[in-house]
Amino acid sequence: MHDKRIPMPDEITLRPERPLLAAVTNLGAWTTESIQAVGDFGVFMFSVLHWIIRGPGRRSARDTFAQMYEMGTRSIPVVMITGGFIGAVLAIETYPQFHQIGIANRLGGVIVVSVVKQLGPILTAVMLAGRVGGAMTAELGTMKVTEQIDALRTMAADPVRTLVVPRILACVLMTPVLTTYSDAVGILGGWAVAVGVEGVRNYPFWHYAQVGTDLYAINVGLIKSIAFGIVIGAIACYKGFRCGAGAQGVGRACTESFVTSFCIILVVNFILAVAFNNIFVILWPNRPGLL
Amino acid sequence: MASPDEKSNSPIIRFEDVHKRFGPLVVLDGLTLDVFADQTTVVIGPSGVGKSVLLKHIVGLLRPDAGRIYFHDQRIDTLGERAFEPIRKRIGFLFQLGALFDSMNVYDNVAFPLRRQGGKSESQIRDIVHEKLAVVGMEGGENKMPADLSGGQRKRVALARAIAMNPEVILYDEPTTGLDPIRADVINELILKLKEELNVTGVVVTHDMASAFKVADQIVMLFNGQIVARGSADQLRSCPDERVQRFIQGRADSEELKALNRI
Repeated sequence: MHDKRIPMPDEITLRPERPLLAAVTNLGAWTTESIQAVGDFGVFMFSVLHWIIRGPGRRSARDTFAQMYEMGTRSIPVVMITGGFIGAVLAIETYPQFHQIGIANRLGGVIVVSVVKQLGPILTAVMLAGRVGGAMTAELGTMKVTEQIDALRTMAADPVRTLVVPRILACVLMTPVLTTYSDAVGILGGWAVAVGVEGVRNYPFWHYAQVGTDLYAINVGLIKSIAFGIVIGAIACYKGFRCGAGAQGVGRACTESFVTSFCIILVVNFILAVAFNNIFVILWPNRPGLL
Repeated sequence: MASPDEKSNSPIIRFEDVHKRFGPLVVLDGLTLDVFADQTTVVIGPSGVGKSVLLKHIVGLLRPDAGRIYFHDQRIDTLGERAFEPIRKRIGFLFQLGALFDSMNVYDNVAFPLRRQGGKSESQIRDIVHEKLAVVGMEGGENKMPADLSGGQRKRVALARAIAMNPEVILYDEPTTGLDPIRADVINELILKLKEELNVTGVVVTHDMASAFKVADQIVMLFNGQIVARGSADQLRSCPDERVQRFIQGRADSEELKALNRI
């Protein structure tokens, strides 16, 4: 038997006598892998976009509704609990400081704007990345490992159209809806603590809530949540489709899916926050920023 | 070696000098193989030798690095995903673990390719599903979920799904692996029945020699990415090649047994 093996990059790097070469090789391998991964993800997303534009078809539309129920409706309780407690804790932490300088009445403003612009969308997205993204990666990864995705292809059913498009559409449609729930319960949580526990009166709470927030803030939150929905769905499906072999592969894909989408959600949030604040200044140059 | 008694002249599937590697691992190394119509070709060889890889090339799940693959004289290895669809509809694939969709029950699994193709009413689909489940002896199990089935039952349902579209060719990836001898024989009988009654051309990948001898019209042995022996069951039994003899008799050589001495 003649040996046809080509040394792998990690074998080349195992040469302690030439550390510089090893470092360069490592860097090269890492760079190539990263570029390949980005390219691969790009191709994947292109195919998703292709099927969304071509129309997912009646069957995929039905699958999309099933996914919307699975990921959306069934996530409502957990999203509401998260939102409610965040609103409440926000009130608890801010009340003493506001009270000290005599502006406890303005508590409503800071709570509502924080929840609507930042905490609501972000926490809902993180919650969904864990609950829904993890489940989607695990499901698709298991399908990959047990050759169900290959089986789809042999039956002339495009796996991206059949499996990915309904899931991403469901994420994009349901994340803003869930964010609305989270926002509403978050505001109520803050209100319950501020008014019920700390003794802020109802009228100033809601008055400042209204003054401090406008439609722009609410829309920014919702537009962000749409972006987060795309991130969650796309990364969860991609990681599931590129899952390694066996139970370990599925486990690793799930972890990577959550960690990657969590990080990208935070980065996207930052970029959108900067962008929307700049847009605000361009649209209304004479208006003061929100709080 | 001499080719087996060939009923039909032109091959239905043809591999010409096909190469495939995964990273540093060479899996197919200039493989040339003809699969003839209405026959069952069995591919044997040690685990990890690339038997499943070979099957996956026929339906375009994998593409060769070099070489050509033909289906009915049409070159298929260069076809795009869309252009491959009509070919795939003519080929059934029985996956090693069945690959049933576990979110669907048995009925929906078998109905899947029929619904996918369209053009049939739900009542026509129902008739076909019942008929195919009866062929594999799984009638009455329509509402069960794949998780509730045993390994053998899962393979039979998967086989029903593979034949739902009346394919010309069925590819069997280790159809008897993991089954007890009786259930394995049921699958063997099914393979024979499909060939005799429906004139299905079969390609069976296996390392179960009992199954190979029973169903094969032609056996080819894959070793180091190439075919080292080809012939009927009898021709293979009398093949002088030591690798073939050790494989069909299940004998490890001294090199392979050396590791045991370390215990």
